[in-house]
Amino acid sequence: MANAPSSPHYRYLLRLADNALVLGHRLTEWSSRTPTLEEDIALSNIALDLMGQARLLYSHAFTIGGDGRDEDHLAFLRDTHEFLNVQLVELPNGDFAASMARQLCYSAFAVPLWEALARSKDSELAGIAGKAGKECAYHLRHSSEWVIRLGDGTAESHRRMQGAIDEIWMFTGEMFEADDTDCAMIAAGIATDASKLLPIWSKTVDDTLAEATLKRPADGWMISGGRQGTHSEHLGHMLAQMQFLQRAYPGAIW
Amino acid sequence: MSTASVISRPMSADPLARALAVIETVADPELPFLTIGEMGILRDVRLAGDALEVVITPTYSGCPAMDIIAVDITTALAKTGFGSVRVTRALSPAWTTDWLSPAARDKLRANGIAPPERPQGKRALFAATEVACPTCSSRSTERVSEFGSTPCKAHYRCLACRESFQYFKCI
Repeated sequence: MANAPSSPHYRYLLRLADNALVLGHRLTEWSSRTPTLEEDIALSNIALDLMGQARLLYSHAFTIGGDGRDEDHLAFLRDTHEFLNVQLVELPNGDFAASMARQLCYSAFAVPLWEALARSKDSELAGIAGKAGKECAYHLRHSSEWVIRLGDGTAESHRRMQGAIDEIWMFTGEMFEADDTDCAMIAAGIATDASKLLPIWSKTVDDTLAEATLKRPADGWMISGGRQGTHSEHLGHMLAQMQFLQRAYPGAIW
Repeated sequence: MSTASVISRPMSADPLARALAVIETVADPELPFLTIGEMGILRDVRLAGDALEVVITPTYSGCPAMDIIAVDITTALAKTGFGSVRVTRALSPAWTTDWLSPAARDKLRANGIAPPERPQGKRALFAATEVACPTCSSRSTERVSEFGSTPCKAHYRCLACRESFQYFKCI
């Protein structure tokens, strides 16, 4: 089966890959800036896992027949509107609490997502998911431990951690959406219905917040559009830095 | 499951057996005292037309050692006369620390790295893992960080002998 660049299968893979790449790049921005050396190594390790997942997914998208853009092209030469990640992962790092809130919200989603995709009819995707799920389980434990430590810590760390959760909440709804692309892939047995992951995600996040003595914000209006290519201004700034070298020196290798 | 049972050893194809003997001794660049055979990274060796195809699997998605391992395999084979070699990657089944051979576990310990403890079921990841100190064997140890110098290791400290050490994470 030939897959046009806009085929649901191709778009679905790019969405998964873009989530991993954008969040992975955000985490690399913490390198040499974290509170402790151990944490520096931890965030670099998590970033490396995410970059690895992105690379496997881009390569697979290239193989099923996009328009000939390889993994490097997809990462370094697409513009903002062509990225299909949820807006949650492109949010700036903020303080450490903001980054851990973002990491918890994504990891609590990624673990059941990969677990479900390990049964995908796309066997390559299932293989990638099998690896990614194991990795994200470690990421989830790491971020939930920090949220608990900061939430149930000093008055200042509690205030900041609650603030970070409150700020990020409206970006969490997008992960559970399903548009035509998702529905086509769910029907084909390639994708999983993300809306079914919401109760699992909620339980993980609620349990963590309860232990952290933090309040779950009320569900209100949710940001949407990242998965269709609409992004916050933050992504453009991030890409400007991430893609600079390939833009300035096309085809540069080392 | 040991690596020996994963790789089929054809009885008749001599070049294949010779190639396998060479490949099995390629060292892991980040754990140079272990071979990729002992690590369970080497999954298959087969003839594809005139070329030799070597199948390896990554320990972690982003493991930077994979590219070096592929180069090392090609170089080792070239030295023994295998010119046409293709190294491919298989993701499924996903690599697990269960594939570390018993010899590999002993070598890890001898090199100051605690080998992975057997998982107690699927949710074991979220339970506290008891890790024995590779220096003094005390089980009174504490985790410093889940993430260590490579994707596959965590950082621990022994409360008995005070030595800090690396733990090969169970995955």
